[in-house]
Amino acid sequence: MIPDEVRSFPVVSALLDAAPPAVVLAGNFDRGELTVQIAAEHIVAVCSYLKQSQNFVRLSTVTGVDWYPQEPRFEVVYHLHSPERNERLRLKCRLAGTNPEINSVTPVWRGAGWYERETFDLFGIRFRNHPDLRRIMLPEDWEGYPLRKDYPVTGGRV
Amino acid sequence: MGAGDIPGVTIVETEPAEQAPEVDARPRRMTLNMGPQHPSTHGVLRLLLELDGETIVASQPDIGYLHTGIEKEFEVKNYQQAVTLTDRIDYLAPLSNNLCYCLAVEKLLGIEIPPMAQWTRVMLTELTRLNSHLVWLGTHAIDIGAMSVFLYCFREREDILRIFEMYSGQRMMTSYFRIGGLALEPPRGWQKRVKTFIDVFPSRVDEYEELLTNNRIWIGRTQGVGRISLEDMLDLGVTGPMLRAAGLKWDMRKSQPYSSYEKFDFEVPTRTENDVYARYLVRIEEMRQSARIVKQALEGMPEGRWTADAPHVVLPEREKMKTQMEALIYHFKIVTEGFRVPAGEVYQTIESPRGEVGYYVVSDGTAKPYRVHVRGPSFGNLQAIPCMIQGTLIADVIASIGSMDFVLGDADR
Repeated sequence: MIPDEVRSFPVVSALLDAAPPAVVLAGNFDRGELTVQIAAEHIVAVCSYLKQSQNFVRLSTVTGVDWYPQEPRFEVVYHLHSPERNERLRLKCRLAGTNPEINSVTPVWRGAGWYERETFDLFGIRFRNHPDLRRIMLPEDWEGYPLRKDYPVTGGRV
Repeated sequence: MGAGDIPGVTIVETEPAEQAPEVDARPRRMTLNMGPQHPSTHGVLRLLLELDGETIVASQPDIGYLHTGIEKEFEVKNYQQAVTLTDRIDYLAPLSNNLCYCLAVEKLLGIEIPPMAQWTRVMLTELTRLNSHLVWLGTHAIDIGAMSVFLYCFREREDILRIFEMYSGQRMMTSYFRIGGLALEPPRGWQKRVKTFIDVFPSRVDEYEELLTNNRIWIGRTQGVGRISLEDMLDLGVTGPMLRAAGLKWDMRKSQPYSSYEKFDFEVPTRTENDVYARYLVRIEEMRQSARIVKQALEGMPEGRWTADAPHVVLPEREKMKTQMEALIYHFKIVTEGFRVPAGEVYQTIESPRGEVGYYVVSDGTAKPYRVHVRGPSFGNLQAIPCMIQGTLIADVIASIGSMDFVLGDADR
C-alpha cells in the first residue's frame, strides 16, 4: 500500500513506472524521511536502477533490525544518498526468521561489502553472491549473532 | 695441488647434472603483516600487505579489535543514558557523536531546542573539529617524520580540552549534549576562555603552515601520493575531507543544515589534486573556517534557556521540585523510567571531522531504543584502503592511510 503522499515524490513515481508490479510493496513518509519497502528478491535490480537512472551514487549504510518474535523476523535497511539531488532514501526488505538470505548489492556499490559483512556478522543474515562473506567484528570462531534479540546482553557465551 | 691432498676431505666424483636446476620464474611475493600494534596505524588496524619487492600488489585491512558491542548496549539503556555511549564511539570527536544522537532522538520526539543551546552546540562541535584535526595533523606529521608539529598541535589541543572540562567536567568523554538541550548551564566566564583561545588560534595555524606547507620534505612525501579517483571513493563509501580534496563540494553543514548552521557564515574548502597534500590543505583550511564559526558563535550567542520546554523529557529545576507537585512527578518519572519516545525511525546524519556520521534510531514506543545503528565515517573510509594503496610503494602506505584520518573506535564500535 503506497500513500499518495509517497507517490508524489519523483523518485518513487519513477521507480513505480520502471519496476514491474509487486516490486515496491509499501512506502511511507515520516518526520521528513522517505521509506520504501521492496520485495527482497528484487533488491539488486532496484538498487541498480536507483544508482544508474536516479543518481543515488552513494550507499550510506546497510544494517539490519530484528523484530523477534514477529514474522517475517528480519528487516534489512539500506540508506541511499544522492549528493547531486541532495536527497536521501531508505529501502527496506523483510526476511524470514529461518535461513535469512538476500542478494548482495556489492555489484552495484562495492562499498556495500563491509556493511553486509557487518550485518552478516551481527545478525546472521546471509548475502548471496557476496565476494567475501566473513565475520568482520567478531572472531571467526564466534558462535551466535549478538544483535539478535534472543541473544543475551550479559552472561557467558551461548 | 689437488683437493684430495687436504686431510679429511674426500672428493666424491659426481655425474655432471644434465639440466640446470629449475629456477622459479614467478615473481617472489612476500606477505607482510602490519599492525594491529603498529603505532602509525593509529589504534588497532591490521593491514595484510602482499608485496612484490617494494610495490604493494594487494592488501587487506582487518578490523574488529576494538569491537565492544556498543550497538547492543544501546538497547538496554534508556534514551538519556545512551548519550554516554556515543562519546566512546569516536573518542576524538565525542561531541559530534553526542550531537548526532541527540538530534536523531529529538527528531523522533519532535521537540524544539532553544537557540542558545543550538548555538552552544555549534560552537562546541566546531571546537571538537579543531581538536580532532589537531590530533590528526600532529600524528600524521610525526608519522612522516616531522616531530615538532606534534608538540605544537597538542599545545592547542590542551586549551580545547580545558574548555571542554570547564563546560562538562570531563576532558574527553564529555556527554555534554543531552536530549532536550545541554547537560548543564554554560559555566561562568566561558566567553573569556573561548575568546582567549580563538583570538590566538589562527596565528597558531600559521605556525603549522610555516613548518609544513612549503617544507620540501613534506611536499616530497605527500604530493602525488595516495591518489584514488572520486568515483571509486563514492562507490566505496568514503566521506568527508577526502572527498573535498578530490573536488566534491559536499558538506552536510551546508547541504542539509542542522542545529542552526545555516545562520553561520563559512566556506567549504575544496581542492582538486586529490593527494595526501591536498587533504592536508583542506583540513588546514577547515580549521580556519571552524575558528570563524566559533568566533561568530561567541559574538552572537543568543540569550535564553539551555534546555527545551519539554517537561516530560528534561529534568526539572531543583527549585521547582521543592514548590511544584508537577515538577516532582516529572522528576520521579524521568529518573525511574526515563521518557517514552513515539514509535518510528530516523536516520540523522551530520558532518563530523572525519565525514558522515549517521545514527539510525528505531523506536518501538518504549523508554529504551529498539535498535541504534551507527554509521561511522572511519568504517566507510577504511574500506577504500586496498583501492588507494594498490600499486604504490610500501614507504607511502603510512602517508596514505594517515591522510584518511580514521579512528578505530569509530570503525569497530
